[in-house]
Amino acid sequence: MTNFETIIGLEVHVELKTDSKMFSPAPAHFGAEPNTNTNVIDLGYPGVLPVINKRAVEWGMKAAMALNCEIAEQTKFDRKNYFYPDNPKAYQISQFDQPIGEHGWVEIEVDGYKKRIGITRLHLEEDAGKLTHTDKGYSLCDYNRQGTPLIEIVSEPDIRTPAEAYAYLEKIKSIIQYTGVSDCKMEEGSLRCDANISLRPIGQEEFGTKAELKNLNSFNYVKKGLEHEQIRQEQVLLSGGEIRQESRRYDESTGKTLLMRVKEGSDDYRYFPEPDLVAMYIDEEWRESVRASIPELPDARKKRYVEEFGLPGYDAMVLTLTKEMSDFFEATLEQGADAKLASNWLMGEVSGYLNAEQKELKDIALTPQGLAGMIKLIQDGTISSKIAKKVFKELIEKGGDPKKIVKEKGLVQISDEGELLKFVTDVLDANPQSIEDFKNGKDRAIGFLVGQIMKASKGQANPPMVNKLLNQEIQKR
Amino acid sequence: MTKITTDQVKHVAHLARLAITEEEAEKFAGQLGSIITFAEQLNELDTSNVEPTTHVLEMKNIMREDKASKGLPREEVLKNAPDHQDGQVKVPTILE
Repeated sequence: MTNFETIIGLEVHVELKTDSKMFSPAPAHFGAEPNTNTNVIDLGYPGVLPVINKRAVEWGMKAAMALNCEIAEQTKFDRKNYFYPDNPKAYQISQFDQPIGEHGWVEIEVDGYKKRIGITRLHLEEDAGKLTHTDKGYSLCDYNRQGTPLIEIVSEPDIRTPAEAYAYLEKIKSIIQYTGVSDCKMEEGSLRCDANISLRPIGQEEFGTKAELKNLNSFNYVKKGLEHEQIRQEQVLLSGGEIRQESRRYDESTGKTLLMRVKEGSDDYRYFPEPDLVAMYIDEEWRESVRASIPELPDARKKRYVEEFGLPGYDAMVLTLTKEMSDFFEATLEQGADAKLASNWLMGEVSGYLNAEQKELKDIALTPQGLAGMIKLIQDGTISSKIAKKVFKELIEKGGDPKKIVKEKGLVQISDEGELLKFVTDVLDANPQSIEDFKNGKDRAIGFLVGQIMKASKGQANPPMVNKLLNQEIQKR
Repeated sequence: MTKITTDQVKHVAHLARLAITEEEAEKFAGQLGSIITFAEQLNELDTSNVEPTTHVLEMKNIMREDKASKGLPREEVLKNAPDHQDGQVKVPTILE
């Protein structure tokens, strides 16, 4: 990309995990049997009237404020008209010219540089039903999702690379998850993303024609789709062609983007103020009561972990990525564990286990008490880090009290000098060649001997003491 | 007098999924033009110091608490569908 600059803007849809829907009292729960969570309002029966879900408005406001948006004093809903079988009403209630939030931003960090990405607007709307296309010419519609509260977050065209787009999405997801208004699970569709991308010759002020990428089912596909589209557009432009304003679908199997349709203008949606809903006024009291419900956000926590606990920036970043991990870490510290040790275990063994098993923190037997208890046993020398791995395996799979596990399995570290000395002398007696090697300057021999001692003690020997005793004894030979 | 073209009429008819004939398009173009011209009389009023309104009612912030109640029985929902399969409404595939 030498001749062109890439301009990317993202539209993110997030489902709010309210109890009921945006405008109807039907349940807004994921995973129910098809068409069991609908009512006459969702299905667009004649004569029904929608009523706004107060919590959905407050959660939209909460998300908007967490993303540094200004909150509208006056806001309203509008009707967006379209015909498609995913929506039996033939219109979606959305917000057009008075979104609940505007002029926000998030800060991202990519390859060591920090950058602020503007958020044009955040508005409230309702989700549509889910269509499953068959290859036999028909589609099946499940309207459970119809009417689920949704927020749409539109970024400014401030993003310049696919890597920045990825970082922006991670940041949005992290912040929204912290506010607790959504799970932001892409695999369940509670977070979805469309990307707009265009190229312009370096130095040119106005934007080029953009293409919209759809069907981006993971953050990684967003990045890959944008990388591919960037190259495609460059090739079209370099060969003298023109970019059309169109929607393109990312094909996961080939890694390419394919034409879906040439875009309609927004005039075709014939937006008009929703006649069934009256306007909303958000006064300072209401706004500030919602603001007070926002918990400490990831960036603030990250800063605190570095300043208060002395953690490296990288640790602080990884630990604060999700609220679950961050809360678990803090609870572990409250139980008296050392911050850096807790961080190491969470980032290493715990994350490794979660990834390998495709599980979440809430699904495993390990508790902050268990982890802290185990770390304290390492800190006071009862067990070695090596033995701790055995205790950890038990804790994460079955849970329980680490002290009891250590006792029952006979895993207590041997720190008695007399007992250790016996292991050392036995091993030295059995390996005269290693002693010889050591005297001839082969330091590696020590490593071998330590290994033999650890083996003989079934891993329970206190390693620093073994080193000390071994050095002492080998000099005597 | 605002002129509405037959192309505009056809476009709007398509968006509303209405099938109209060429004769109807021409007839409606004339009628819609008259309607809009009539409504345009409102433009004679000076509204520069008037806040735009979207509703005539003096109501605001009408909301309900977030409490779910049971959905409609599925049999009832599917009764009004032209066709269904596996508890879902069956429609011809229309790709966006």
